[in-house]
Amino acid sequence: MIKEIVKGMAFTFKQMLSRPLTVQYPEEQKPVPARHRGRHILHRYDNGLERCIGCELCAAACPVGCIYVLAAENDPQNPVSPGERYAERYEINLMRCIYCGYCAEACPTEAITLGPQFELADYRREHTVVTKAELLESWPHFAQARGPASARGAGADQKGREEIDPGVSPRVAWDQNEASLPVSLGPHPGDLGIPANVPTVTEPGARDSA
Amino acid sequence: MIADFWTALVGQDFWWVLILKSAFLVVFLATAFAYLTLAERKVSARIQLRYGPNRVGPFGLLQPAADGIKLFFKENAAPAGRDRVLYMIGPSLAGGAAMLAYALIPLGTNSWFGYQFHWGITHFNVGLLFILGVTSLGVYSLFLGGWSANSKYSLLGGLRSSAQLISYEMAVAFALIGVIILAGSLDLEQIVASQQHVWFIVLQPLAFLLYFIGAFAETNRLPFDLPEAETELVGGYHTEYSSMRFGLYFLGEYVNMVTVSSIATALFLGGSLPLLPFHPFDWIPGPFWFLGKVLVLLFVMIWVRWTLPRLRYDRLMNFGWKVLLPLGLINIIITGAVVAARA
Repeated sequence: MIKEIVKGMAFTFKQMLSRPLTVQYPEEQKPVPARHRGRHILHRYDNGLERCIGCELCAAACPVGCIYVLAAENDPQNPVSPGERYAERYEINLMRCIYCGYCAEACPTEAITLGPQFELADYRREHTVVTKAELLESWPHFAQARGPASARGAGADQKGREEIDPGVSPRVAWDQNEASLPVSLGPHPGDLGIPANVPTVTEPGARDSA
Repeated sequence: MIADFWTALVGQDFWWVLILKSAFLVVFLATAFAYLTLAERKVSARIQLRYGPNRVGPFGLLQPAADGIKLFFKENAAPAGRDRVLYMIGPSLAGGAAMLAYALIPLGTNSWFGYQFHWGITHFNVGLLFILGVTSLGVYSLFLGGWSANSKYSLLGGLRSSAQLISYEMAVAFALIGVIILAGSLDLEQIVASQQHVWFIVLQPLAFLLYFIGAFAETNRLPFDLPEAETELVGGYHTEYSSMRFGLYFLGEYVNMVTVSSIATALFLGGSLPLLPFHPFDWIPGPFWFLGKVLVLLFVMIWVRWTLPRLRYDRLMNFGWKVLLPLGLINIIITGAVVAARA
């Protein structure tokens, strides 16, 4: 019995001298796994057009009904998305969302995916309903980030994600025939807070692996 | 005549010096309690590869203050069927009994401008008996708290604590007799003085072990924390206490740890004597030596708590009566025989 007690005491003392495993969370953060299902992200094409075409399939697929989409007709001269319609409003109630990812599965244009962001607590209930402004990939930032092909298309929120997991998005194929793209890169008027007097896209080309 | 009695009881100090010393000790013990809880949490955290509280103040040093404020602001809920008087007496006794014993602890002296300042409040010729009696008072707080709350868990906790304390008190008392034989006195100052050349832990290692094991039982700490075994009894005797009444039990428990460690220091580890009786060891004043030794013992108590599991109740009683008590008796016989043979 005494031998066991001594052994146990020695073990706990050794533990005391070793480094704690605790991650000091707000200061220190562990990297989020590549396929983490956190808050949603609404993606864009590389030319800045929004992928979402306002079809509301995500809202239909959602098992808890937390997605609200209000579609509007695209202005052909000044489109927001490469379809007939785009999402004028896109809201997700994060209090209801169960982060199942069915919306991403249902989306025909890969417009919505679940991203790495997980710090979603808020002091006000209203703030937990996120709007399109928060969900959408930021375009000017995104354009600046154009550099390594792998980061392109991932957006500021999702940098490097495709590098780890190439199958996650079909945009890799889009990158390959970039040379044949009929569009030039630049800010898009459909985006929030960007003046409309910049050259715009008339025909954004086929989507994905056209 | 009254003056003689006064001198015999408390020594040569002025009365206001005594009051100051008492106030200092109460504040000191309350602070020790606060920071012992933090130490406990820190040490346990390191054993479990955590950091422990480190958010309130630098290194979590203000955590005890936050805990104290929280305790004061909590609702003072009490069961309806309680015995009102005993329910109040229980927690008050818990802290009081543990602190009272500290009046007799020889904390060492500082010499300032030729004046020998004793940090301990007093000492007299039956000091050790007094300490044994006062520390046994603590069991009343546990038992009264357990009984008066009119709750089955409290009652079981109280019953267990009294049974445990009675059986371990015996072993502890027997362990101390060896020391008394060697020192030839019950006065703690003299017991410390007689360890001038060699500490009693060297001469009485078995007694020290018995005393320390008994101390775990007396302070209701693992592996003998049956009175408050939270997995069986919710909280044991303090199940029905909340807010600062619970805080007082908590205080009593931790101050008791300090008291028990201090007694062990005085009786076995040479009290305020330096590690070796020459320079540079005796440049450090006695009180610091005392404090250092107490801190080591407190650390061991925390360390043991976070290593060993709880004993089953019948084994606890068997261990007390069938192992510790006979060992204590053997220790007395051997010590007595050796002392008689040398005389």
